[in-house]
Order: sequence, then C-alpha cells, then structure tokens
Amino acid sequence: MGGYILKRLLSAIPVLLGITVIVFLIMAMIPGDPATAILGSYATPENVARLNRFLGLDEPLWRQYFIWLGNMLQGDFGRSFALNRPVLDEILDRFSATLILAGTAFVLCAVLGIIAGTVSAARQYGFADKAITFVVILGISVPSFFLGMMMILLFAVQLRWFPVSGMYSIWGGGDLPDLIRHLTMPAIALSVVATGVVARLSRGAMLEVLRQDFIRTARAKGVHERRVIWGHALRAAMVSIIPVLGIQAGFVLSGAVYIEMVFQWPGVGRMLVDAILKRDILLVQGGVVFIAACYVGFNIVVDVAQAWLDPRIKT
Amino acid sequence: MSLFLRLLFRNRLAGFGAVVLGVIVVLALLTPILPLHPPNETNTANRFLPPMSEGHLLGTDHLGRDLLSRLLWGTRLSLAVGFAAALIAGLAGAAIGVIAGYFGGRTDNVTMRGIDMLMAFPYILLALAIVAVLGPGLLNALIAVAVVNIPFFARNIRGITVGIAHREFIDAARLAGMGHTRILLSEVVPNVVPVVVIAMSTTIGWMILETAGLSFLGLGSQPPQADLGSMLGEARSALITAPHTSIVPGVMILLIVMSVNLLGDGIRDALDPRLRSGALARPMAATRVDRREVPAPRDEGLLRIDALETQFQVGKRTYKAVNKVSLDLKPGECLGLIGESGSGKSVTALSVMGLVASPPGVITGGAVRLEGQDLIGAPYELLRSLRGKRVAYIFQDPLSTLHPLYRIGDQLIEAIRVHEPVSHAEAQKRAVKLLEDVRIPNAAGRVGAFPHELSGGMRQRVGIAMALANDPDIIIADEPTTALDVTVQAQILALLDELRQRRGLAILFITHDFGVVGQLCDRVAVMYGGRIVETGPTQEVLEAPAHPYTRRLIACVPELGEGRRILAAIPGLPPAVDQLPEGCAFAPRCDKAQDACRRGEIELKGKNRQVRCLYPEVAP
Repeated sequence: MGGYILKRLLSAIPVLLGITVIVFLIMAMIPGDPATAILGSYATPENVARLNRFLGLDEPLWRQYFIWLGNMLQGDFGRSFALNRPVLDEILDRFSATLILAGTAFVLCAVLGIIAGTVSAARQYGFADKAITFVVILGISVPSFFLGMMMILLFAVQLRWFPVSGMYSIWGGGDLPDLIRHLTMPAIALSVVATGVVARLSRGAMLEVLRQDFIRTARAKGVHERRVIWGHALRAAMVSIIPVLGIQAGFVLSGAVYIEMVFQWPGVGRMLVDAILKRDILLVQGGVVFIAACYVGFNIVVDVAQAWLDPRIKT
Repeated sequence: MSLFLRLLFRNRLAGFGAVVLGVIVVLALLTPILPLHPPNETNTANRFLPPMSEGHLLGTDHLGRDLLSRLLWGTRLSLAVGFAAALIAGLAGAAIGVIAGYFGGRTDNVTMRGIDMLMAFPYILLALAIVAVLGPGLLNALIAVAVVNIPFFARNIRGITVGIAHREFIDAARLAGMGHTRILLSEVVPNVVPVVVIAMSTTIGWMILETAGLSFLGLGSQPPQADLGSMLGEARSALITAPHTSIVPGVMILLIVMSVNLLGDGIRDALDPRLRSGALARPMAATRVDRREVPAPRDEGLLRIDALETQFQVGKRTYKAVNKVSLDLKPGECLGLIGESGSGKSVTALSVMGLVASPPGVITGGAVRLEGQDLIGAPYELLRSLRGKRVAYIFQDPLSTLHPLYRIGDQLIEAIRVHEPVSHAEAQKRAVKLLEDVRIPNAAGRVGAFPHELSGGMRQRVGIAMALANDPDIIIADEPTTALDVTVQAQILALLDELRQRRGLAILFITHDFGVVGQLCDRVAVMYGGRIVETGPTQEVLEAPAHPYTRRLIACVPELGEGRRILAAIPGLPPAVDQLPEGCAFAPRCDKAQDACRRGEIELKGKNRQVRCLYPEVAP
C-alpha cells in the first residue's frame, strides 16, 4: 500500500507540471500589456518599460515560466495588483471558505447519491425507484444558480429559516451554529446536481452487481436481503462508484463558483470571477494552479481509496 | 429506424422530452415573425410589471422590457450557442480522437497525455482561464465551453477508433494501397459518426447549462444582448422585489435542459440491446411465485419436488424451463440430475430455495417440500432461515460465486453467524476447522486470503466449506466440478463423497457428465427439454438405459483404454423451451421416433425405474 501511494504521488508530478505549463501558456496569450493594464492608458512609455522590467516581463517566455514556477515552489505566487496583497495569502483565505462549502456539498452528494441509487436499484421499477428517478432527472437538469435563487426566495425570504447570504452574521455569530445556518442552503444547492449524477451511476452499478453470481451465493447462504444489498452488492458496486466520486469532486468545485456568487460566499470562485473582470492576471493564474493542484491531490486520495477497497488492484 | 422510434416513444418520459423540446425549438425558430415587442425596447415607466399585465404576458424587467420577447430571443440564443458548442466540441474532439486512435504510438501517447492534463482541471477553471484571456463575451464563452468539452469527446472517440483501427477491413484498405487520409475518411469516420452524434445529443443539455452559467457570472453575453443565463444574472439583484424576472428565464433553462436529458436518455436506452431484452433487471430476494394449484402432499422423503413448473417470462415469450418435474431425495442419498445445457436441471435446483433470478423467472406450479413443509410461496424470512442452514448450495464457477472483495474467512464467518449467534472469535475458529475439513493446507493462514489469491480447486473447496458451515441436511451441488480441470475434479468428487459418508448428507448433484454420476450417485434422473425422461438406480440406468436419449448421453462419455469405440455426439440441438413440440421433445433427434411420438402427452411410467418413452430400449 505504501508503495502504491508513493507511486501515485510521483505520477502526479508530471501532471502538476503540465498544469502549470497550460496555465502559463493560456495567460501568456492575453493580448495587451499587463504593465499598461496596471498603470492605465495614460502611463508614460518609460514607466511601462520600468514596470515590465520590474515584473520580469522583458525576459524571454521560457525564462519567465521558470522564474514563475520557481517562485511558486517557494510559496511566492506574486502580488495581486487589484487587492495589493500576496496572491497566496488571498487564495488561502478564500480557499478555506470554498473548502467548507464544497466539502460539505461533496459529502452530501456522495452519501445521498449512493443511498438514493442503492434504494432505487433494490426497488427497480417500484414506486421508490420511479420517484427517485424523477427527482434525479429534475436534479441534474436544474441550473444550480437558479436553484440557489429559488431557495433564497422560499427558505430565506418567505419562511425565514435561513439567512439570505454570507458565511457569518455581521453582528455576533462567528461560531459553528452560525456557520451551519449560513452553510445549509448553499451546500444543498451545490450538491443537488452531483447527487443526481452519483445516484444515477450508483443505480446502474448496483443493477450490474446484483446480477452477479456472488450475490446469488450470498442469498443461498441465507444472508439477510438488507445485508445482501447494503453489504455484498454495495461493497462491490463501490469499485465503480468511487471513480465517479472523484470526477464529481471536480464538478462540485466548479459549481461552487456559481453558488458563491448567488449566496455571496467569500470563496475562491467569486475571487476568480472578480479577478477576471478586473484583469488581475496573477491572481487568476495563482488561483487556477492552486485549485487544480488541490484537485489532483484529491484524485490521488480517491485512487488510494479505490486500491484499498479493491484488493485486486495490484500495487 | 421505425423500431427505434417505437422504442423511443414507448419510453413515456423520452416522448414527453421530445414534445417539450420540439415546442421550444419551434417557438425559438418562429420568434422573429411572432408579434412581439422588440426585446431591447426599454420603458422605464413600466418597470417590473407582474405577469399577465396588459400587453406584457410575462411582465417586464428592470428596464421595462417585455419579458416574453426577451425570453424567446434569449432561448433562441441559448439554444444556438449550446448547439454550436456541442458541434465544435464534438467535431474537434472526434478529430483528435480519430487521429490519436488511428495512428497510435507516439501520436497517441502525446495527444492523450495532453488530454489528460486538460482533464486534470475542474472544468470551470479552464473555462474561466480561457474567458480571462479572450475577455467576456458570448462568443468567447462559447469557445471556452467547447474547448473544455473537447477532452470528453476525444477520449471516447479515441477508444472506439482504436477498436476499429485493428479490424480486418482497415488492413484490407491499407493493403489495397489506400492512403491514410482516404482510409480515415472512407473507413474510420463513417463508423465513428453515430457515436459522436449520440455523445453530442447527451451533452448538449450540459453545454446549454454551462454557457448559461458563464453568462450568469457576467462573462458571457453582454448587454443589451441577453441569453437565458444573463437574463437570470441581471434579474438576481431584483430577486426579492420582482421574483418573476428570475423565475421566467430559470424555468426555461430547466425545461430545455430537462427535455434534452430525457430525450438523450431515451435515445441511449432505445439503442441499448441489454435494456431491450430486460437483461438489466435485477433479481429479487426470492423467485416470484404465481401458482394456481398446489399438489397434495405425499409423505415420504426428506426433500420432495412435486410437479414443479418454473418459467422465464421475457416480453411476450414464455420459456418453460422446468415442466412438471418431480424428484425425491432421502436422507443420506445422492441423487444425480443430468442433462445437456438448457435442459432445465440448474433451474430445477435453484427453484428449491427460490434462487431463480426473478425477473424473468416465475414458479408457476408444483411444490417443494422439506420434511412436509412447502417452500414454494413460503414467506421470505422462512426461506432465508432455511437457506444455508438446512439446504446449502455449491455453485459451478467458484471465481464468480465467491465475493471478490471479501476475505474467504469473512465469507465463512458470515455464513455461520447468519444462522447462529456465536461470537466472531468462535466463528473464526469454526471457519478454520471447516477449511481443514475440506483439506485446504495451512487453513489458519488462508482465512485472510481473497478469492483471487487461490487456485480454482482451492476456491471450490472454499465453496464446499461454506456449504458445510451450518451442517445442512441437503447439499445441492450445481455442476461443482465443471469449471475445474480433470485431476482437481476427481479430488473434489472424492471429497464430496467422503463428506457425504461422514456427515450423512443428502446430495442433489447436477451435472451433464455421466462419468461423474457413476462415481458418486445412488440414483439418477435424466432431464430433457425441461422434463424428467428417465429415473432409476445409477448402476441399472448405466448398464441398461431405457430412454433413447439416456443411451445416447451415456455413449458420449469417453472411457479410458477403450480407444476403438466411436464417440457418438447427439446430432441436432436441444429444443428451445419456448416452443416445445407436441409429444416427446426428443423425437426430432431420435432415430427410433415414430408418428405416435409426436402426438399427445407421453407419461413417465414405471415404479423403481421410470421412463418417458413409447418405445423404450428396455422394458422399465
């Protein structure tokens, strides 16, 4: 197992390098001159040239890349000109908020999706299956930002169960119950689509597994049907559900951008959109690399979980 | 094609999706000629008019613009953008996939590595990065969404192309001197197009959603032009005061995406042959029972099967797999049930404990009595408490019948603890003992092994140990040695025989091999076309088979040292049990068949030896 984890970690290095190259190249294609963008169009050519030299933009492209990469490896992601603070500080501040939101939504979608899919498969063509299938279709078709807005209308404005937006109350609050009250609606809105997808795939995986011979063996042993479904069958189905969870984590992280806008959640997604609209390139660059790296790391965790669940995967 | 459409519309949800999408598309197409307000005509005096206002069916927005008009124009834009994005992503992705898959080698390696890198991004990061470069705008959002989805198509299409590139007709084209371009265009592409179209139809909803999302964030269409996403984005600031301005475009996105998804699912299902044949149905906990009459109980025997009828109901067809089969098993006896594949022997065995997969299996008649207690139609909990406890099964292929992810020790412990409330440690001890009983060397060390770590013979020993776990009265062995090689087969048979003697087990032994029956069984029953055609003591049947089928079946067994005999295969095939002929089912393959054999019901006659034949080889 230790060997497998090490191997998997090493194989992530070229992927991470590839990510930095892609991001760097995309950003290098930006038309116009960052120095002009920072100093405004009335800047003197001398000032622009000086700033370019200061930012290292007069170097050839490949050198710029390696300087940028080297700085990043030392924890220096550059400075956001719009916010005038180090990019990494801003990212770390914002990322914890996104992690709370996306992490909660991810746990919700995994647990609810697997339960719904399993129930649906066990009751194939029954009432529960039809009801779940209908809700799932609805769930994967609704834009999460629209769902979030409707939830605000109903649960925050009409029923006043939850606060409209934000992460903490402005006065008082700041403790865990306050966070949970603010978190409930965005986390649910964010998890709906992913829950639908996970439920669908879990249902399919379960149906596939339930026809296998070893399920018949379990029944022939006299194992309770509940244990056949939630033990034997689900355990085997998890082998195909877990990779889907890895992919869904990416979608949850992506969906967080919309939900953060709708609920004014101070996360990294809103930061990125603001940065794009303000053309704050270093912040976009650093944010994208940072999130992508976290996602790669999460996928390693998924692979390790997979190997741990399925002893047939050779290390 | 008409079959496809019929299947598509049989799926009511898909039909609903098609109709809704059709209406929306027609409305979007007709928008320019409909009598609507111009979508960008502002009228600040009429801001936020509610729906059903005069002249404004859906009301107006924050600038007093007519919402219905903006909705239809926005729908038009969203549909066009989603469709264009799907088309671009599909074409570009397919081109990359076809080239990588066809040329293989380095081209493939480098391309797919690049694709993998792109897939390492959560999709929106990439889209945001692209919009950051190109600047906000609908066209740029379209490009971003298309680019982000290219890897999905490239991967799928590459997989399919790799499959095609190694087929004979490609080699033939190459040998005929065709160039790569011509082969790609004339041989590969036509085979890939249907897959691309299906993949596009299932992702187009997703593309509409994604572009709407970018517009919602303000990165897509810029005012005054508005697609559904930016309508929703603009309406957000008035969400609480004028919710209808948000609800109108939101519901439209929901309707479009849902109808596209429903239609996409319908298309996929209609094209999936497994769904059509019902092969994706999951078997229930116990076989469905639908029986009209119950045969009167008879007293003798440990296990009595009476006029059992089990059918498979697939669509309009009914396969009579087991047709009025009666068998009885006494304590300590070994009864062989023999027949070709498809004769119904396994289904008979599985019917005993309600293990026939259902759907499509249904038990439609007869009784199975364990010491007088009828098991057919018994409550599930009763059936479950007897499974493994009094009647245990050994199945054919131990690799697929043992759970691949549980350690064999845990599978044994579970078998014990399901029926007996013993501690885990106690069960563990018994599991080791069971493994020793079935002669697994180093049993204590093997309890931690997974099934894939054992050899086939060892796995089958585990299967037997599991059947013995609760000291059952009856073991039903469904071709337990068929998947094993001959030397291992002999060992397993010897083990079963020894266990039978020692524990007083009754065994129902299912096989297609008369050689095996001769070694193990006291009595034998021969099945053909779902019915018993002959029964009797093994030795007598072997020496003087009465039914012509039995005689031919015995002639199929090769014997060591008798090289001169001709091995006689039975000509023809076993009958399809959904259209059994009248009379004797074997008549079409029988060299002694007369006209009388093809008429009416032929009885199973005799007492100790029974035969279902008008012209038996020997008098029963």
